[in-house]
Amino acid sequence: MDKLITVSPSPHVYGDDNVKKLMYGVIYALIPAFLVSVYFFGIGTLIVTAISVVSCVGFEYLIQKYLMKTEPSVSDGSAAVTGVLLAMNLPTNMPWWIIVIGALVAIGVGKMSFGGLGNNPFNPALVGRVFLFISFPVQMTSWPGPIVSRLQYTDAATGATPLAVIKEGLAAGVPMSRLVEQIPGYLDLFIGHLHGSMGEISALALLAGGIYMLSRKIITWHIPVSIFLTVFLFTGILWLINPYDNADPVFHLITGGLVLGAVYMATDYATSPMTPKGMWIFGIGIGVITVAIRVYGAYPEGISFAILIMNSFVPLINKYVKPKRFGEEVKNG
Amino acid sequence: MIQTFPRGGVHPAEDKFAAGSPIKTLKVPETVVIPLSQHIGAPAEPVVKKGDEVKTGQVIAKSKGFVSTNIHSSVTGTVRKIDSELDSSGYKRAAVVIDTGEDNWAEGIDTGKTINKDITAGADEIIRKTLDAGIVGLGGATFPSHIKLSLPKGKKADVLIINGVECEPCLTSDHRLMLERGDELMVGIQLLMKALNVTRAFIGIENNKPDAIAHLIKLSVNYEGITVKPLRIKYPQGAEKQLIKALINREVPSGGLPVDVGTVVHNVGTAVAVYEAVQKNKPLIERIVTVTGREMKEPSNFLVRIGTPVRTLIDAAGGLPDNTGKVVNGGPMMGKALNSLDVPVTKGTSGIVIIPSAEASRKPVVNCVRCAKCVTVCPMGLEPYLLMPAAEFGKWDLAEEESILDCMECGSCSYICPSGRPLLDYIRLGKSTVSKIIRSRKQ
Repeated sequence: MDKLITVSPSPHVYGDDNVKKLMYGVIYALIPAFLVSVYFFGIGTLIVTAISVVSCVGFEYLIQKYLMKTEPSVSDGSAAVTGVLLAMNLPTNMPWWIIVIGALVAIGVGKMSFGGLGNNPFNPALVGRVFLFISFPVQMTSWPGPIVSRLQYTDAATGATPLAVIKEGLAAGVPMSRLVEQIPGYLDLFIGHLHGSMGEISALALLAGGIYMLSRKIITWHIPVSIFLTVFLFTGILWLINPYDNADPVFHLITGGLVLGAVYMATDYATSPMTPKGMWIFGIGIGVITVAIRVYGAYPEGISFAILIMNSFVPLINKYVKPKRFGEEVKNG
Repeated sequence: MIQTFPRGGVHPAEDKFAAGSPIKTLKVPETVVIPLSQHIGAPAEPVVKKGDEVKTGQVIAKSKGFVSTNIHSSVTGTVRKIDSELDSSGYKRAAVVIDTGEDNWAEGIDTGKTINKDITAGADEIIRKTLDAGIVGLGGATFPSHIKLSLPKGKKADVLIINGVECEPCLTSDHRLMLERGDELMVGIQLLMKALNVTRAFIGIENNKPDAIAHLIKLSVNYEGITVKPLRIKYPQGAEKQLIKALINREVPSGGLPVDVGTVVHNVGTAVAVYEAVQKNKPLIERIVTVTGREMKEPSNFLVRIGTPVRTLIDAAGGLPDNTGKVVNGGPMMGKALNSLDVPVTKGTSGIVIIPSAEASRKPVVNCVRCAKCVTVCPMGLEPYLLMPAAEFGKWDLAEEESILDCMECGSCSYICPSGRPLLDYIRLGKSTVSKIIRSRKQ
């Protein structure tokens, strides 16, 4: 042989995608929502995001290097995605040390304890968020006001989210028609002019990022669409039955963490089903649980719990919901 | 809407560099190495010995057993030896080595250029001549063609499918054949229709070959029962089951054959070979081979005698580029990497693809992120992400339960995997072990 040539089994060509590109694609998709948040909440957005990303990446690096004693793989961007998503779930006045605790729980408990990338049963960012939500309920439910608190961090003036206003109002017996006056108009809700976490305010920016991810085939449409449809139908039926005590379906779609959860969190690869049919079951489950918590539960918002609960069904869904095998059931035309 | 198969599939870069190069006849080499196993099934049994003089087209090895076929000398010359020679499988296997002299064809072979369109042979004669001529599936599968023409008892076909899809990137031999030998192809298809006793034939061609589609549509007017069907580009549309689904929307049952849904599929090259065998008495001793690659000086399509060393073809296409990293026998998706350039062209060699060293190695392997892309692209509806660990950790029951044997090794899963995981490597391992287990269970 005059020259050494490689011998390996087929295929001999490969697609362009790799994990790093997919993960950075998610981060690029979140840029519009991030910019909207910077516009409304100012420096708080920058500080919270920076702390969250740096601590998530840092904890993953330290755990891989010193606990697991493997080559750190933080450059794949998955820890950074968790960092950005965790930040998106927090109020922009969150003290730095709470964010660091959230990052440690998200990466340490939510991801690395199961073996790292691809092995975690629950969405790590949501594990972090729910841990903080239960441990620091006051800090996790005081939301800075849009625009007014641009130059303030932890000292920002705070208020309640529209979902919380509705929840508390209805509990106190105030009719829906009166409560609507206390929340921003639908256009403001859609573009993000409201009290809320940095990532949940602008449905518009989040949807734009979602379309980008669809076009790059980072996610498929099944999970977001099944969640939106379920929430729309469920809340629509409740609203038709009793419009006095229930918010309308459009309000439910554009408020709270629904878009962030449906497009960015429920579509997390490792914690969602592998087949389109499975994704529908998963999405419908999330939709039903979210509405159940919002309408009947103790909390104003339920998407995080809904996703985590459905995450736990994913292995079961994957076991029983199989793709249709070619030639399995013969129908000839 | 142009048709395609509905489930799965990928879109690798087409890279059909040689599509515009007309077929050139390569000169007969000084020595040919003709392996006795160029087909699926039992190797043929040699009927010549060392020192024998042979003519071009003379039988040198006879079909042995049901799944087997004849092998002919591709040159005129003297048998130097019958020995183990390295072939494209990477192993040394029995082959006849012939030193070439002046090119004299065996008696009865019509080497003239005129196209003989009058079909006089009956079905039995067509099938017999297909076996006599040593014809195998020329798309690359190399299954002996006469078996596919002899339908099992009780089975009936109503439509013949001709595979002109050429969905593999880089390859253009079928494309050139359809353009340059259209009439022979049409007569060949009519012969196949007669052998199978069917009145309809569909030629499936992906619409990245509009010139071939237009040419054959024009020709098909003169031939009854033959319809040209353009198909939307998607790999692996040239796979038998996917092509049947795309063209006539019938689904071959798991573990079944196309004839179970009333059809038989033959490659365009096979149809031309059948034409030559029946109308010209010419056995399968040469074939069209694409020699191509991004860095090749002259990507070409050659008409080559079987047994010609691969190196001769590469030299004729401008030589091996300095940065060559891999040489593939067949297309880049399903072809086999060669470990030597001195192996011969065989009946199944549809192309030689030269891959630069920068693209010759795989992506680094990282954890499976469960992105489900392998499930989405699998044309057989399997779950490669599940089959790989099943094979890796020896869970053969699970692999069998999850239909690992339905995998046709198209490589779409390995192609798409963003984590660079060797899915197909492990699935192949799983398939071979599971088949062994099933066989031992039957005994």
